[in-house]
Amino acid sequence: MKPKGTFNLFARRKDWESLWYSLLAIVFSFLLVALIMLAMGYNPINAYAALFRGSFGSVYAISLTLCRSVPLIFVGLAVGFALKGGMFNIGGEGQLYMGGFTSAVTALILPQGMPVFISLPLAILAGMVAGMVWGGAIGLIKAKLQINEVIVAIMLNYIAQLLTSFFVNKYFMAKGSMTPQTEILPAGMQLPNIVANSQLTTSLYIALFMGVVYWFVFRHTVFGYEVNALGNNPSAAGTGGVHTVRTTVLVMAFSGALASMAGIFEVFGTYGRFIDGFSPGIGFTGIAIAFIGQGKPLGIILAAILFGSLQAGAMQMSLMEGVSAHIDKVIQGLVIVFIATPNFIRYLLNRKTR
Amino acid sequence: MDAIRMNNITKTFGTTVALAGVDLRIRVGEVHCLLGENGAGKSTLMNILYGLYRADSGDIAINEVPVEINSPKMAQSLHIGMVHQHFMLVESMTVLQNIILGNEEGTFAIDYKKCRERIEVLEHLYHFDFDLDAKVSELSVGEMQRVEIFKAVYRGADIIILDEPTAVLTPQEVSVLFRILDDMRNQGKTIVFITHKLQETMRLSDRVTVLRNGKFVQTVETKDMDPETLATMMVGHAVELVTHKGACCPGDPVLEIRGLKIFSTSENTINLTVRAGEIYGIAGVDGNGQQELERFIVGTERPKIGEVWLNGSDISACTVAKRKKLGLGVIPSDRHRNAILPGMSIVDNFLLGLQRNSRFSSMGLVRHKALEAYAESMITAYAIKVSSERQHISELSGGNQQKLVFSREVGLDPVLLVAAQPVRGLDIGAIDYIHNQLLELRDRGQAILLISTELSEIMEMSDRIGVLYKGGLIVERDADDFTVEELGLYMAGGKGA
Repeated sequence: MKPKGTFNLFARRKDWESLWYSLLAIVFSFLLVALIMLAMGYNPINAYAALFRGSFGSVYAISLTLCRSVPLIFVGLAVGFALKGGMFNIGGEGQLYMGGFTSAVTALILPQGMPVFISLPLAILAGMVAGMVWGGAIGLIKAKLQINEVIVAIMLNYIAQLLTSFFVNKYFMAKGSMTPQTEILPAGMQLPNIVANSQLTTSLYIALFMGVVYWFVFRHTVFGYEVNALGNNPSAAGTGGVHTVRTTVLVMAFSGALASMAGIFEVFGTYGRFIDGFSPGIGFTGIAIAFIGQGKPLGIILAAILFGSLQAGAMQMSLMEGVSAHIDKVIQGLVIVFIATPNFIRYLLNRKTR
Repeated sequence: MDAIRMNNITKTFGTTVALAGVDLRIRVGEVHCLLGENGAGKSTLMNILYGLYRADSGDIAINEVPVEINSPKMAQSLHIGMVHQHFMLVESMTVLQNIILGNEEGTFAIDYKKCRERIEVLEHLYHFDFDLDAKVSELSVGEMQRVEIFKAVYRGADIIILDEPTAVLTPQEVSVLFRILDDMRNQGKTIVFITHKLQETMRLSDRVTVLRNGKFVQTVETKDMDPETLATMMVGHAVELVTHKGACCPGDPVLEIRGLKIFSTSENTINLTVRAGEIYGIAGVDGNGQQELERFIVGTERPKIGEVWLNGSDISACTVAKRKKLGLGVIPSDRHRNAILPGMSIVDNFLLGLQRNSRFSSMGLVRHKALEAYAESMITAYAIKVSSERQHISELSGGNQQKLVFSREVGLDPVLLVAAQPVRGLDIGAIDYIHNQLLELRDRGQAILLISTELSEIMEMSDRIGVLYKGGLIVERDADDFTVEELGLYMAGGKGA
């Protein structure tokens, strides 16, 4: 009865083993990229030194790394949450646009006189509700109509991105601005910086807090158990009294809320406004982060910081050593390939020794 | 002459020794049963012969010629054919297309006419009778199996291996299969028949080889044997083949099913009452509505016509969770699909179905301490072999998994226990254990609905029996008022008994 020899990207392994695989994947990617740099005539040691300086070499560098990591933590947790429930949330991009836009507009529309401790949570909540709706819709369509969540999510990504773009350009464009973006948010609504003169804001604490919430849900709550059961064996979960339709919708809704927070805190933290097309594919990077982190909150946070540091250091590396800043994308890509590889190799081995 | 000679075959999977120095000798033209419990190594040994696995050591000779078999293709070229438990048929293609698949006549286009002629000659020789143009998806399980056997013959097999072929068949289909196998032996074919059933072995085989825990026990002439001796060889110690059942004293009705229609097309409905302290057995050939009935009672599906009542209240519209709360325990027929969470720990598996029970959760939080204590007590009480409660359940043997499911479902004294195929795939020891536990529950006043396609299990365990045929309950009597033959006839839809 057990499906043997099928290629499963999400195969479960022992904890230490998966940690080992993730570390190996990262090391191999760096080594391979070093070879590529050698072949292109660069000195990989100098390049990596510059990369490291740019990401961890100073207080400013570290705060840049963490600033880049914050949205990645949110989307990584979002994808991980959905994966636990057996679903693949590739719609993080759409959810974070919806969340970011809705919260920005809410913040701008609310009366100016309103105390910040009411209006700020209200705006953030509005964004999260938008993300929940955008994610929950995927779950509802999957549970009720049996339509693959990946297809629905990708379609909704386009809709979200273009819809927010339309509204910004048509109704919420900042006066005198050349780029399509909303007015800057009222100063009180912008999250305070942790490090002066950097873009790193207190949204970092919120991201870390969500990691703790994530851990708590799966470790201690009945809901977390039911999500886990659903992801592990939907049919047994149903027989065991788990409401499969309701849980599917909730999983995607919560995943959507987590993803939307990536957009919301880019708006309230990093940028201070909603900018059309602000995300360089954060939602998709979340998938890689969830895999490297093996769906565990601490793993996801560390993987997000790794990817954040690559993004932060790539500029420095490009300036100092002339290596293209896009090399960080190559490293990210290779990490994903290597993460997927152990299962693939095992699949091949199983076929031979069977 | 020996058709097959396997010497000192050893095979390990990781740290598990599946076969330790097994010898097998099979004569040309005999029906040879390979007898043993689940996990004894029967299928592994035959998969090695068929080239699906490679032995770590040992050698093989076919017709006294040493060979090395690396692939099923090679096995086929040595005239070995195998019929697996799970059929390897393309359901959307016709019988003819399935038979010739991989061995088509003709150079560029398939010469169907020539194929058909060849098939008809063989059909006549071995007394098969197929509708060659029927789609495989339209066939019954027995017919599909015959297509599989014929496929092997068509490919020129002289040695045919059958892996537990009767597991999916009705008593009537079993006798058809046995007639075919007798026929083939008389035509000079060699048959290897993997089984754990003693009666079949006695009825069918010329000789028997018994395996136990991956070791060779003995090869004997069937005519010198009786079932008790074979059972002892198979299990390793003397076993009693009878379950002791006391008189039944039923109480109030617990489960009532009223006018339930399984299929929208079924002529008959289901009306039955299960009372406290009795085992009600649902007999029937697989596919006559057992799984649907199970789902309607469990609540994963709602009936369109008919009602399900539990302890005097209509639960037809209740969710699974609600039914669990009202005291429904279920041992699902498909354990892997419906009863266990393979990637999760033993403790987590004990929680399934009880996650909303106030004993194991409060305010939406899992009460880990209570759960772990409960799991531990169940593991001890039901002698479940585990190395730690944090172990993944998939590391347990099938028997221990089933014991876990059983203990979980009966542990909190349910009002009604639905036991569907509760011993499927288990070895004699575990079967005996589960059966005695069921009887003990009955004696303590539990209402039990037993759904089983094993006629002997139904006869042995039930106080009353109803026969399910094409989605309807066509007859119901006290168990003592049925003979095996009568039940068999009803199961085949006959009413004249």
